[in-house]
This record gives sequence, structure tokens and C-alpha cells, in this order.
Amino acid sequence: MKTMIKMVRSLAAVVALGVAATPALAAGKKIEMSYQYWSFAGPFGTYDRAQLQRGFKVYQQNCAACHGLSRVAFRNLAEDGGPSFTEDEAKAIAAEYIVMDGPDDFGDMFERPAILADRFPSPFPNEQAARAANNGAYPPDFSLLAKARAPQRGFPNFVFDIFTQYQESGPDYIYSLLMGYVEPPEGKEVPVGQYYNKSFLAGEFIAMAPPLYAESIEYTDGTPMTEEQYAKDVAAFMMWAAEPHLEDRKKMGFRVMIFLIVFAGMLYFTKNRVWRNVEH
Amino acid sequence: MAGHSNYVPQSAAAKWLESRLPVISLVRGSFVDFPTPKNLNYFWTFGGILFFILIAQILTGVVLAMHYTASTTMAFDSVEKIMRDVNFGWLLRYLHANGASMFFIAVYIHIFRGLYYGSYKAPREVSWILGVIIFLLMMATAFMGYVLPWGQMSFWGATVITNLFSALPLVGESVVTWLWGGFAVDNPTLNRFFSLHYLLPFMIFGVVLLHVWAFHTTGNNNPTGVQPKSKQDTVPFHPYYTVKDLFAIVVFMILFAYFVFYLPNYLGHADNYIEANPLVTPAHIVPEWYFLPFYAILRAVPDKLGGVVLMFGAIAVLFILPWLDTSKVRSGAYRPLFKQFFWIFAANAVALGYLGAMPAEGIYVILSQICTAIYFAYFLIVLPVLGFLEKPNPVPTSISESVLKGGGSGTPLGAAAAPETK
Repeated sequence: MKTMIKMVRSLAAVVALGVAATPALAAGKKIEMSYQYWSFAGPFGTYDRAQLQRGFKVYQQNCAACHGLSRVAFRNLAEDGGPSFTEDEAKAIAAEYIVMDGPDDFGDMFERPAILADRFPSPFPNEQAARAANNGAYPPDFSLLAKARAPQRGFPNFVFDIFTQYQESGPDYIYSLLMGYVEPPEGKEVPVGQYYNKSFLAGEFIAMAPPLYAESIEYTDGTPMTEEQYAKDVAAFMMWAAEPHLEDRKKMGFRVMIFLIVFAGMLYFTKNRVWRNVEH
Repeated sequence: MAGHSNYVPQSAAAKWLESRLPVISLVRGSFVDFPTPKNLNYFWTFGGILFFILIAQILTGVVLAMHYTASTTMAFDSVEKIMRDVNFGWLLRYLHANGASMFFIAVYIHIFRGLYYGSYKAPREVSWILGVIIFLLMMATAFMGYVLPWGQMSFWGATVITNLFSALPLVGESVVTWLWGGFAVDNPTLNRFFSLHYLLPFMIFGVVLLHVWAFHTTGNNNPTGVQPKSKQDTVPFHPYYTVKDLFAIVVFMILFAYFVFYLPNYLGHADNYIEANPLVTPAHIVPEWYFLPFYAILRAVPDKLGGVVLMFGAIAVLFILPWLDTSKVRSGAYRPLFKQFFWIFAANAVALGYLGAMPAEGIYVILSQICTAIYFAYFLIVLPVLGFLEKPNPVPTSISESVLKGGGSGTPLGAAAAPETK
């Protein structure tokens, strides 16, 4: 057992020191982060259905004009572990979108309302068109954004993250960015068509205008219609879009952990019994 | 191997097979009756753990390859399809991606165990050299595997690493073009990386068998470094080490599962969730954590060729390690001075890993140079000289003696009719 404890200790040291070095340096710039409580954090985290539905509404009404959601299918909206719209609701949402199909029997492409099997059509046909319409900036697709942005955690946070299971830097960053529009510091020249943001990873100025305004999107369930709430809801929705199987994963993880720990315990006593007559 | 088997075929079918292909006695001699030192500690279980991970990586990899498309226009999409639409695809991919990291955690512990207990010394030089070859193959496999999802870090990592070969004098540029199959990292590069990524694990498997064959011919090393003298010093591999290794494997699986289910992206890089774009360079191009110490050595010197030579030298020096260590005593447990240098070396390796993650500027460059110097000094100066200067502690005459000194209970050795011993 002594060697066992020693080994676990060395293992922990290796993991903590050696392994942890990478995420620390995700991006060079230090930004102001505002950390939020997320229902999907931690080993038993689940998405808040109502929050995902609200976040989807914010996306649809506020973001979809510029930002795509191209890897999410309409059927996903009705699947378990997501916003859990009913199938009819998802069908109705799909029908609001027009997608290109074809060619038909005459060789022509044609447009039709989307069905559950379709994915969200993107607002622009390609990057060039998106840039041309947005002052040269490219509004990124939302499908993976919550996993594709990670602000620097720094030492020793990246070590603690292993034990706290912190995996929410994406949604925290999105929230911070949306709430990061502040008055530029005294004497800071803001270029035309740009906005000062204290939480933007890629620089001081961002081409996106402040997108959220209180009371601009109607919530029917009594949730406060504030900028903060909109930002939180859309960030949670984007996390689901990026990691739709998160609930499955954590659920299965708990079962696997219980099984492995019990199995390891049984093996430990078996091993002791096998070795009981050998001095070693 | 087979020579250690006391297997006598009983049934007619077994006799028939055994007289034509002695495979049963081969397996029994290697993994059932094989006499194994009875004093192996838990650091010796990492061989079994590594074998388990190799098999797990091959199995998850084979299934992933059924859904993956090696093409620059479709690779990223096909990985996302695995994550979203393939049944348990997210599980397979997270197992495979984190499995690579687990492989390196285990192999580094395994290597450091060999360094501490002198497992590289005579008569196990060949087993050690085969191990270094496995390590090299692992690095190549992991590197090419990381390119396959075709994210930003995949693409730029591949560009930076393949470009290293351009430092070769005269032929550098041609070699790089040949590696790429074109004039930039592109579709031909991705296709050959996929092909090789599928091939190399089977080569690793083959070399692993040779690695095991070699140390089963010489016998395992053990914490005392003293060769077994009598039957009292060893126990049959089964059930003693099968059950102990299995226990260790399951404990390791807990660590593995913790990352897969709760921190699946912790060891990866966020930029790799952005599709590769040759026109946009990420702010920092950083290799996976397990390459960081070597990356730090590469960047320690301002000269490109010098850096490449040092980086490959850092591994090449392992090949001649058995002849660099001049000490007559095998196990570090009986070498007071060696122990101190060993731990300095281990801390230095971790420091190199940290430095590899930092930008190559200012103080980090100077620290990288110091750490690189320590790395090479350990092999090229400390180990050769220490054998002459150091006065080792007395080494036990046998494994049994060392075990008894460590507080035995007085039970007669190998005594008592344990039901599992025959």
C-alpha cells in the first residue's frame, strides 16, 4: 500500500505539472472575464431546458442575421439533452427557414421550407459575402464557438481546473464579451465601424456592434429581460450547440466511475489474498 | 519464454497442436508460468497499463476510421459528424484523443522507472533500445493523429514540425516538399498522415512483442537490481502479476475516465475546434503537452538547424544510454548521489515542459537553454562520471534478503499451501 500511495502521489504530480501546461497558453492576451454560474457545470451538470429555449430565441432574433449555426440540425432541437422542443415545435421552427434543394427532374435548383432533417441555413453563401456585408469582418458560425474560444487561465488556475472540472471557459468568455462593451479609456481612438470591448481576445476593438439591449426580446416565462440574462441564455445555448451530448457524457461518466471504483476495490482485495503468503 | 513453461499437453487436441506449433507452451511460458521477481513495485505495472492503452487506442481508432474522411474539405466535418450524429461517436473520439495523452503519461512514468532502477543496463540494453524505438513510433503516431481533425492547431502544428526538416543542409527544401507531397501542407499531406497513422500502431505492436521478448529472455529487472538467485526470489506471473497488473490497469482507467467524461477538452487546444485555414495563423502555435519538453529544447537555440539537431539528439542520446552509465550498481535505490541527480533531472524535464508552453522570448529562452544543458549533462557528464566517484550503499545479496530486511513477518518463504500455486 505504501508504494501505492507513493505512486498515486507521483502520478498526481505528473498530471498536475506536466500535463497541465498546455491550456494555460491558449491565447496571449489578458482580458477581463466575468465568471457565471452554469447549470451544466460540474459532474452532474445538465442543461436548463427553459434557458436553452430562451437562448435559442435570442439567437434567432438577435444573432442569426449574421451568425450561422450550420452544424445544428432542426431535429436536434427536439432531441433529449437539448432545448427539448416538441417535435411539432421543431417542425414549425424548421418551416420558418428556406433551404436550397435540387436539382429537380428538370435539372433546376429550387427553394423549399426546411424540414427536421435539414441543418440551419447560413445567413451568407460564403465567407466573402459575409465579409462584404460586415465591413470586412467575418461573423463566426455559432456551432462550435463555445468550444473554440478559451481565454488564458494562467498558473495556478489551470492546475485547480483539473480538480474543479472547470470546462466552461467558452460560455464564460461569450458572456464576458457580450457584456464587455464599455466606454474606451480616456484618449483611446476608436476606429470608425469598430467598438471598444474590454473582453475581446483578438484585440481591443471589435467590429460587432453591441448586440443586446434590455427588453428587446420578449420572454414569456417571467425571466427578467435584461442584457445580462440575454447574454447568459445565448451563451448556454451556444454551449449546447457545441456539445449536444454533454448530458449523456456526464451521466455515463458517473456510472463508469462507480463501476471502476468498485471493481478496483474488489481487485485490490483479490490481489491481497493471492499475495498473502508471499513476502514482497 | 517457452522454455519457462512446465506445460505438458493433456488432451489429444492439445498434444496434436503442441507438436506442430507450440503456441500453448509459448503463451504459458511468457504470461502464466514465467518466473517474475516477487518484489516488483507498482511502477512495474505500467508495462501492462501501456499494453492496455495500445489495444484500446487501436480498437477505438479502427472504429473512428470507419466514420472519418481524410480530405481537407471533409475531415473537419466528418469529425464533427462523429461527435454529433454517430452513435457514441463522442465517446469514441474523446476516448481516442484522451487515450493519446494517457499513453504518454504512462510511457513517461515507465521510462522514468527504467531510468531510476537502471533497467537499461546490461543485460537489458536491447529491451531498452526497442523501448526507445517504440517511444519514437508513438511520437510519430501521435503527431500525425493530431493532424487528422484538420483544425487550426492540426494544420499549423503540421506546418511547423514538417518545416523543421528544411533546416537540413542542401536537401532540406526537397525533403520537405517530398514529405508534404506538394508545396504546402495540403490534401496529399493529410492523406499520407492518415495512412501512416493507421499503419504505425501495428508496427508499435510488433516492436512491443520484441521488447517483451527481450526482457523475458534476460528476466525482469526489479527494485533491487539484483538478479533472482533462486526459486524463492520469483513467483509465477499468473496469478500474482496478472491480478496485480489488472488492479493497476483499473486504477489507471479511473484517471482515464475522469478526463474522458469530465474534462474531455482539457488536454486539447481550443483552436483545434476552428477548421484549418492556411491564411490565418493562430496567435500561438503550441504542440500537445507531451511534446513540450522537446519543443523547448528545439527553441532553446536561435539557430534552426542547431535546434533540430538538439531535439533529435535529446532522443538519440537515449539509444546509447546503456553505455553512458558506468556504475556497477544497477538500481538507483543503492546510489545516494545518483538519486539526487535523478530527481534534478526529473524536475528539469517538467521545467522543460513548462518552458515549451511559454513564448520563446526574454527570460524563457535563457531558462530553456539552462534546462537543455542540464538535460544533456545528466546523460553525457553525470552518468559517466558518477560511476567512478560515487560510493554506493551495500547491495543485498538476493531479492529475498532485501524483502526480509524490509520488515518481514517471519512467514517461511514460499511456504504454506496457497491454493493458487501448483
